[in-house]
Amino acid sequence: MSETIPTGKHFVHGDWACAEGAIAAGCGYFAAYPITPATEISEHIASRFPQLGRRFVQFEDEIGAIASVIGASFSGMKAMTATSGPGISLMLENIGLAVMTEVPCVIVNVMRGGPSTGQPTMGAQADVMQCRWGAHGDVEIIALAPQSVQECFDLTVHAFNLSEEYRTPVFLLSDANIGHMFEKLEIPAADEIEIVNRKKPQVFPPDYKPYEADESMVPPMACFGEGYRFYSTGLTHNEMGYPDMSVETQDKLVRRLCDKIRRNKKKINMTEETMTEDCDVLVVTYGVTARSAASAVQMARREGIKAGLLRLITLWPFPDWKIEELADNVKGVVVPEMNYGQLVREVERSVKPTPVEFIPKLGENPPSPDEILERIRRLAK
Amino acid sequence: MTEQIDYYLEDYLRMDRLPHIWCAGCGLGIILKSYVQALYELEYDLDKIVTVSGIGCAGRASGYVNTDAFHTTHGRALPFATGISTSNTDIKPVVISGDGDLFAIGGNHLIHAARRNINMLVICSNNFNYGMTGAQYGPTTPRDMRTPTSPYGNIENPFNLVSLVSSAGATMVSRWTVFHVNQLKNSIKKGLTKNGFSFIEVLSPCTTGYGRLNKMSPIDMMRDLRDTCKIRKVHPTEATIEPGKEVIIGDFVDIEKPTYADVLDQLTRRSTE
Ligand SMILES: Cc1ncc(C[n+]2csc(CCOP(=O)(O)OP(=O)(O)O)c2C)c(N)n1
Ligand code: SF4
Ligand SMILES: [Mg+2]
Repeated sequence: MSETIPTGKHFVHGDWACAEGAIAAGCGYFAAYPITPATEISEHIASRFPQLGRRFVQFEDEIGAIASVIGASFSGMKAMTATSGPGISLMLENIGLAVMTEVPCVIVNVMRGGPSTGQPTMGAQADVMQCRWGAHGDVEIIALAPQSVQECFDLTVHAFNLSEEYRTPVFLLSDANIGHMFEKLEIPAADEIEIVNRKKPQVFPPDYKPYEADESMVPPMACFGEGYRFYSTGLTHNEMGYPDMSVETQDKLVRRLCDKIRRNKKKINMTEETMTEDCDVLVVTYGVTARSAASAVQMARREGIKAGLLRLITLWPFPDWKIEELADNVKGVVVPEMNYGQLVREVERSVKPTPVEFIPKLGENPPSPDEILERIRRLAK
Repeated sequence: MTEQIDYYLEDYLRMDRLPHIWCAGCGLGIILKSYVQALYELEYDLDKIVTVSGIGCAGRASGYVNTDAFHTTHGRALPFATGISTSNTDIKPVVISGDGDLFAIGGNHLIHAARRNINMLVICSNNFNYGMTGAQYGPTTPRDMRTPTSPYGNIENPFNLVSLVSSAGATMVSRWTVFHVNQLKNSIKKGLTKNGFSFIEVLSPCTTGYGRLNKMSPIDMMRDLRDTCKIRKVHPTEATIEPGKEVIIGDFVDIEKPTYADVLDQLTRRSTE
């Protein structure tokens, strides 16, 4: 395989699709440290990138991998890393730097069971809060959760586009189930794939202020080597990028970094609704668990129970307004996830006082359709 | 009397950020001046340099140079520079950072960047302590020295930086001091033009922290660099730094081998054959 975008049908696993999504999005630099269940992404990139003249570096650890990704992105490349929970734990400080210095990049977490080394080969959805709150300080993050091999491709492309548009790291939260699952993937023709590139400065270098933003709140991005000679620091900085420890500058900067995502949350957010128009019981879930939930909702309908499904494709920013709206007319909400209670807290907060049934699943697979159906029945009474 | 001030380096510095934050007597100003003087004498295209640093007093140097510059996280300057160097081969990353940044928290990245022979110049300000956090002992602090976290004297063995970096595979390794300004500047010029991983250790007094705690005045510390440092050609392993003994400075390694960018290009050819 030597063409840049292998348009057509493939029978492949999610990690393969994710790697091809990165290639299609124009990723020119990839760095990672091997870890199950994300290694296959690196392996596929390692075989494809050299042929395309792109840069793959297997780093000495995940701290270095994400640092180099940020350096590459600041040098004008689209860049990505892929890992699992332990690797994300190591990357968090530099992810905060990418947020602070507004460097686009894509971070793939093929989630596995934790805490610690946990269950390396088995799926989980237990890093969704780490993703949201892991980096220190006030941080807004964007995270997408694929439910299929096809979405591993599509959402990786989309993750690049969002990172370029908002100048921020974007997470793809896959898991061992999807990463290792074989399914049909259809790669569209190159001209059917939407590609977004970072906004470039329109001024001469002496007039360029690297952190001055217009109403979009996203500053145009010069890159190293382009002649702008700008300075970027993880310290609190003013519009010139210079360190400034004043309360005013901290306030202004942190608000802008958060608000550029908060104020666009409706534009960024993607959800998928199935039979929610008339539902009495609403199931809210994401990723691989949504496949179980979709079956459960079908089974419930066959029994005459009006169940509906809201699948979150974007986990962060969280679609609280949408859940609140849908929950207005239901008897209860069911939240299955592969952890011991994470996104359910966000749902509870959004739907109060509607009752919420949480279905935790720890280890390997999502809760079964039967388990979810049983809770739907209980709430429908 | 009006003072004659030489402004010929104005284009090389961010004048709007001066004066710098460093203490009186600190060696970092001399390192900064030597760096920009080297760029000036080489007429180096400033658009093709990215000055990268980690965190610490030395790490602040990147903020005063009129090149693209990136003040990153503690210890990670080298992987950031690796990403820059491999994705845009026209750019020469120059890392200016401290001994703690590069050899304690960032030690792993240093040996791997040298092993891969990433094209970059690393200028390490070795002031024998963590200056910015208040002069605690670190991986270069000689035995028995007193610091706030070694109040009874340091019990740990220090690294010999030139030996460590040489054995990791660097193509240029030198050690100078802020007393030897001409040699330092020339060494930086050599590192800037070298294609490969170049490393310059610069012995530099931290007057406020380390100096004061060990009862050395700024002048004592400069005199010490003059009197104990000897320019000699020895094997890097012999260039240890021990209190009361002479310190060998000079060039230790100067070899040629393919850079990481070179082998990546070879890989592209191999993969498409
Ligand atoms: C992850 C992390 N740990 C600790 C610190 C605190 N810190 C800032 S600078 C520094 C030491 C710097 O020492 P060195 O690199 O030798 O630079 P110097 O100040 O001596 O020039 C430390 C420990 C930090 N900024 N980040
Ligand atoms: S604390 Fe030491 S290293 Fe830091 S500026 Fe002062 S003298 Fe220099
Ligand atoms: Mg130091």
